[in-house]
Amino acid sequence: MSLLSIKNLTYKVDDENDVKEIIDGLDLEVEDGKFVCITGPNGGGKSTLAKLIMGVNPTTSGQIIFDGEDITNKSITERAKLGISFAFQAPVHFKGIRVIDLLRLAAGSQISVTEACDYLSKVGLCAKDYVNREVNGSLSGGELKRIEIATVLARGTKLSIFDEPEAGIDLWSFQNLIKVFENMRKTVKGTIIVISHQERILNIADEIVVIENGRVKKQGSRDEILPELLGTSSASNIACNKLGGEQ
Amino acid sequence: MDQIQKKILEEVADLHGVLEGAYNIRANGVSAARNTTANIDIVTKTDKPGIDIIIKPGTKNESVHIPVVLSESGLKDVVYNDFYVGEGADVTIVAGCGISNCGDQDSQHDGIHVFHVGKNAKVKYVEKHYGEGDGKGARILNPVTEVYQEAGSYVEMEMVQIKGVDSTVRTNIAELAEGATLAIHEALMTHGSQKATSDYKVTLNGDGASADVVSRSVAKDDSEQIFAVSIEGNTPCSGHAACDAIIMGNAHVVAIPKLDAKNVDAALIHEAAIGKIAGNQLIKLMSLGLTEEEAEEQIIAGFLR
Repeated sequence: MSLLSIKNLTYKVDDENDVKEIIDGLDLEVEDGKFVCITGPNGGGKSTLAKLIMGVNPTTSGQIIFDGEDITNKSITERAKLGISFAFQAPVHFKGIRVIDLLRLAAGSQISVTEACDYLSKVGLCAKDYVNREVNGSLSGGELKRIEIATVLARGTKLSIFDEPEAGIDLWSFQNLIKVFENMRKTVKGTIIVISHQERILNIADEIVVIENGRVKKQGSRDEILPELLGTSSASNIACNKLGGEQ
Repeated sequence: MDQIQKKILEEVADLHGVLEGAYNIRANGVSAARNTTANIDIVTKTDKPGIDIIIKPGTKNESVHIPVVLSESGLKDVVYNDFYVGEGADVTIVAGCGISNCGDQDSQHDGIHVFHVGKNAKVKYVEKHYGEGDGKGARILNPVTEVYQEAGSYVEMEMVQIKGVDSTVRTNIAELAEGATLAIHEALMTHGSQKATSDYKVTLNGDGASADVVSRSVAKDDSEQIFAVSIEGNTPCSGHAACDAIIMGNAHVVAIPKLDAKNVDAALIHEAAIGKIAGNQLIKLMSLGLTEEEAEEQIIAGFLR
């Protein structure tokens, strides 16, 4: 059964005198319990789609059904409460809010320092050094990214969406990040959607969805899609990243 | 003391039970309770309202609480408190003023605090302001602090005014001798049609003196805030001032920095930022399941921590 069902979804923006369709009649079914990787060329609409699922951007037309309920017109808060989590591509900085505060808000209860440390350990952070740090620019891009992922783990919802977890982090952090996702693949029981260009993340997916020009171009199992991707233009990012990773 | 006064005491001095150490509680313009210790003496002034707090040299790990409570409408209370902190002492001083005004006349408390901090002494000063009451009368607090620091002394000041004070003009003067350090942290929130002015004037007179003045404020509704800070460096010294404000509704926030260096080795820095709550902060917290209002509360609470 589909946990997430997207029907004829459209998202238009006014671009000076022109109306631009970022998402253009997109249909997508995501089955319960799957690890799905969304990939495709830059500007194809991947991040926009993720934001439409979370409710960060309003849909122009179409329908989003989550766990049997139409959430198309629901607020971010309502969607979060129904069981959707979102790890932002660019983690947000806060003044005065500490890592422990953010994890407690995510967990929805006053979790103990030990519990908070468990989540931080899962994303490869030495917990006791971090719980009382402020979530601001004093942390590196890789640290903020991992804290962002930890907030999603702390929520433990039916659906977790990660928008380009590899973006903006250094190579050393990237190696650790891959381990985090490999581990998550084993431990998280919910459905996971990861937007990524990284072959190593695509490699642990059950399913791969290719989005281009605001539509689903291909969807299928990893074994079916990945070899195809390596021979197409939309795989250029993957190839470049792979080369970068080996240098 | 009645229940209202006790509640206000809890708000401004975090006092829930019996006080320890030296204290002087002032309620509606008169001294309500006092305690002195072997090292800390409190003496009533004879020429004007107020007290002298005399802390012996070398006093360690002791505290002085001097809360003020106003629960009568129409009272205008002015008090002069002078602190004499002996050489090498290490003390915590907790002052605070709470006004409960249910009447129609203005209630006002002006506390003038002068600190004479001896050589190598260490002082932590905490001041909280709080107002409540549904009367038409305004709740007005105009505190003045003057800090005179001798060589090698360290003063940390934490000033908090979060709720219910209609009008505040805060005036702070500090003069630092060689090697003295001053750290000020101000947290302020105004709402309704409240007005708050903070004026800091720090003069660094000794070699190696340093000052750090940090203000975090939130201005809601139709409230108005003015933050003026001036740091004067007369010697090789370092000074840093930062004012960071969140503006909401129809509020008005003014930041006026002034740096005045009279020595080539005076390193003075000022940072000021005024802006609304960032949309992505709200979205992130809402994506964790908070409503927009709850997200705002969390952001403000963190900001003012």
